[in-house]
Amino acid sequence: MKMHAIPGLALLLALTQAAPAQSPDRSTPPLPGPPPSLRLPPVQRVHLENGLPLMLMEKHTVPLVQLTLVVRTGSVRDPAGKEGLAAMTAALMTRGAGARDALALAEAVDYLGASLTAEAGRHTSSVSLFTPRAQLEEGLRLLADVILRPAFPDSELSRERALRLTTMVQWRSSPEVLADLALQQLLFGASHPYGRPVLGSAPGIAALSPADLREFHGRWYHSGNAAMIVVGDVTLEELQPRLEEVLAGWPSGPEIAGNVRPAEQVAGRRVILLDQPAAPQTQIRIGRIGAPRITDDYYALVVMNTVLGGSFSSRLNTNLREVHGYGYGAGSDFDCRLLPGPFVVWSAVESAVTDSALMEIFRELERIRQPLPEPEVAKARNYLALSYPAAFQTVTSIALQLDEMATYGLPEDYFNRYVDSILAVSADDAQRVAQRYIDPQSMVVVLVGDRSAIEHRVRALELGTFELLTIDQLLGPAPAVPAATSATDVR
Amino acid sequence: MLRLFLLLSLAMPALAQDPRLSVPYRLFTLPNGLTVILHEDHTTPSIGVNLWFRVGSARERAGRTGMAHLFEHLMFEGSAHVPEGMFDLLLEAAGGDNNASTSSDRTNYWIDIPSNALELALYLESDRMGSLLQTMTPQTVDGQRDVVKNERRQNYENAPYGMAWMVLAEHLYPEDHPYHWPTIGYMEDLSRASYEDVSAFFRTYYSPNNSSLCVAGDIDPRETERLVRLWFSDIPRGPAPAPVAVPPIPETGEQRLVMQDRVQLPRLYLLWHTPALFAPGDAELDLLAHILSEGEHSRLYRRLVYERQIAQDVAAFQYSQTLGSTFWIVATARPGVGLGTLEQAIEQELDELCAEGPTARETERARNQIDVSFLTRLERVGGIYGKADLLNAYYTWTGNPDYFQEDRARYGAVAPDDLRAVAMKYLGSTMRVVLSVVPEGSLQLASGSGTEVHPR
Repeated sequence: MKMHAIPGLALLLALTQAAPAQSPDRSTPPLPGPPPSLRLPPVQRVHLENGLPLMLMEKHTVPLVQLTLVVRTGSVRDPAGKEGLAAMTAALMTRGAGARDALALAEAVDYLGASLTAEAGRHTSSVSLFTPRAQLEEGLRLLADVILRPAFPDSELSRERALRLTTMVQWRSSPEVLADLALQQLLFGASHPYGRPVLGSAPGIAALSPADLREFHGRWYHSGNAAMIVVGDVTLEELQPRLEEVLAGWPSGPEIAGNVRPAEQVAGRRVILLDQPAAPQTQIRIGRIGAPRITDDYYALVVMNTVLGGSFSSRLNTNLREVHGYGYGAGSDFDCRLLPGPFVVWSAVESAVTDSALMEIFRELERIRQPLPEPEVAKARNYLALSYPAAFQTVTSIALQLDEMATYGLPEDYFNRYVDSILAVSADDAQRVAQRYIDPQSMVVVLVGDRSAIEHRVRALELGTFELLTIDQLLGPAPAVPAATSATDVR
Repeated sequence: MLRLFLLLSLAMPALAQDPRLSVPYRLFTLPNGLTVILHEDHTTPSIGVNLWFRVGSARERAGRTGMAHLFEHLMFEGSAHVPEGMFDLLLEAAGGDNNASTSSDRTNYWIDIPSNALELALYLESDRMGSLLQTMTPQTVDGQRDVVKNERRQNYENAPYGMAWMVLAEHLYPEDHPYHWPTIGYMEDLSRASYEDVSAFFRTYYSPNNSSLCVAGDIDPRETERLVRLWFSDIPRGPAPAPVAVPPIPETGEQRLVMQDRVQLPRLYLLWHTPALFAPGDAELDLLAHILSEGEHSRLYRRLVYERQIAQDVAAFQYSQTLGSTFWIVATARPGVGLGTLEQAIEQELDELCAEGPTARETERARNQIDVSFLTRLERVGGIYGKADLLNAYYTWTGNPDYFQEDRARYGAVAPDDLRAVAMKYLGSTMRVVLSVVPEGSLQLASGSGTEVHPR
């Protein structure tokens, strides 16, 4: 053992270990055997009598069930002046439904040990029940109340409005949140639904009425505009009659086509600095408009981004964290949505090295467009393909996979084809999509940090136009949060 | 982010009746003292390889805080047969993920790997346990020192309320207590940590006899035992670390503190000393935390957030640690509300709870919620809180990897009156720390008067 060379330890070892065990050959790492195959239960697909599609994957290893109703509406459907309507509608669905007011409903759900949530995304919203198998029947009744019979009382809207406006006040003290918000707004513009948070805007939230919420719910939450996803310890024979019973009479309606146009690509390079005096780090976001989820380039993009910034050993993390120690980490992401979403490089670096970090990031953005070494691409392919089964361990993570399938209309054999599609990506493919989607000359650079420490040196890089941004310019004036209108101490 | 430093609460209950909920295991010990726990689960072709070392920031000394966590970072920087950078490269190329976390009491390392690459994971784990120091240089220490300093800047210094934790630890525990300092460490101590300090730390604590290895998932137990013996047997036994010395906590009475921070809204922290992980009272305080702040109808949420709308959020939790726990109540004020109003409202709810106790329904509801949180942890074999991590946690703290039923029984046996008694004993105590974090220049929003503190 080479460890015996360490002074002091040798003596100790002599006392504690009589005969050293035989050492294995460590000269080369043991090679993995042939990849194991993932045998997934089938996705069972039926339609309920009201037309609602149902997708079920049975999983009987732990007595849990996850149900997710995916509804095709989200913040992209917020009317001008009522930004935040989709998110508020979803949030209020669990604040009183059927015969129960908000507190009684929450108590009933928690007593089951279940959780029942509703939330909006950009294109889809979801109502989800996570429950122990033993409580499924009671949980389904509560879920159906929330989907079909939400009350939307004015008192709950007032409460939730105040909570959300206060959240927006809190955003103003988080450099991380400010950087994210600034980048999406600068990429897409404040009038594009991708340019603002799903939560909406302060004036939009202030303008919402219960009638708006009822109208939005009636228009979008119907069986012709949704899909029910179920994963867990239940069979189709057990589940279907229960769902038919509790969702009976849910009306159908037309699917309404999309209403959003893709945003214009970034022209040139802009650097935007939001001052945070005395901040010890600079939050960095660099981005442009990326790709949609449905594109022939999808798998090549995923592989290429894994090389660039989608894994721990990626180029960005290795460079900024491991080689230079500029920050705790760095990475990149293509957020592929129904329309092209953002491509983002992110990091947070010590203030004094902000300019050096920017240079390294742009070096990597140039380098990813050069021919990619085959072993590096192979590593990324294998990482994605071989780790794929791990996404199928929990009922919640499987439901997310099925949600993606339903949202983007992916083919029925998508899970079975994923691995082969990833493994088919060549180094040339990866370079081609890097050149197509990553143009370092067309980028928005957002810096949230200490202006006095970083402005001079960042300007000297001459990356592009340089602008200062204030929190008020980004978010508007701090929203006035209405105080509780009346003392509602009911106990 | 990878290589997170996490605060862990390890109390977790189980459900007894369903045979799917037992976690059968095999345990054996190598001649060098390494305890090995194996568990089969063939749901997906995945394996969790989970290694615990019985060392955390409680083993540090003043002037060298942050050492356990800095060391955790160095474990990824190469060993005798694995050059720097190759640890992650080899694992990712095999479809593996990995990370680690450090708390005051332990450091855990996990690798999630497809079942065809188990031997690679065992090779990498054993190489760093056996030969880390052979390739570690002052330069690798410097490199991770920079990374850890940036982790501290990002998650503490530059995060709203991020420095409250440091101030609280310093005032909860006397200077010579192993919980007196934050696990992330002080900046000047991170600067001071030398190559020699780090080497000594490894030799003292990173030995097979001070650790346990759990392999759970799609395994063949016989073959797995053969591979573990093959790769780990030649690592020499190390010294047996002496027990951590725990000085008594002096009866200081109530400490009232105020800290200014770059935040929009003031936040109140109330902390009490409570029984250690798995000690009598620990499970009761978990249940009380649920009754106080889990769900909209919970006592504090309902009163402060829902009805009076004086708080934006409120959280209560028992932070279980092996040398003694703390019970936290944390509430953020709405704009225009001072923290005195929050403290008064919380006080009122606590008085009521101590006087009358919870209802039977409240107690049962909290128990049901905790039961389900245990079920969800049986779904995954790897990662933090997966089955491999749980078996290791139970083994490390109780000596029994299959402590699930005993743990669950702790919650099942509790009656409302027991909760009242525990609430009165611990949350009725005046020996507590009250911290007001207020926006810069808004000291008037603090609750009452207090000593102004400046975090290091």
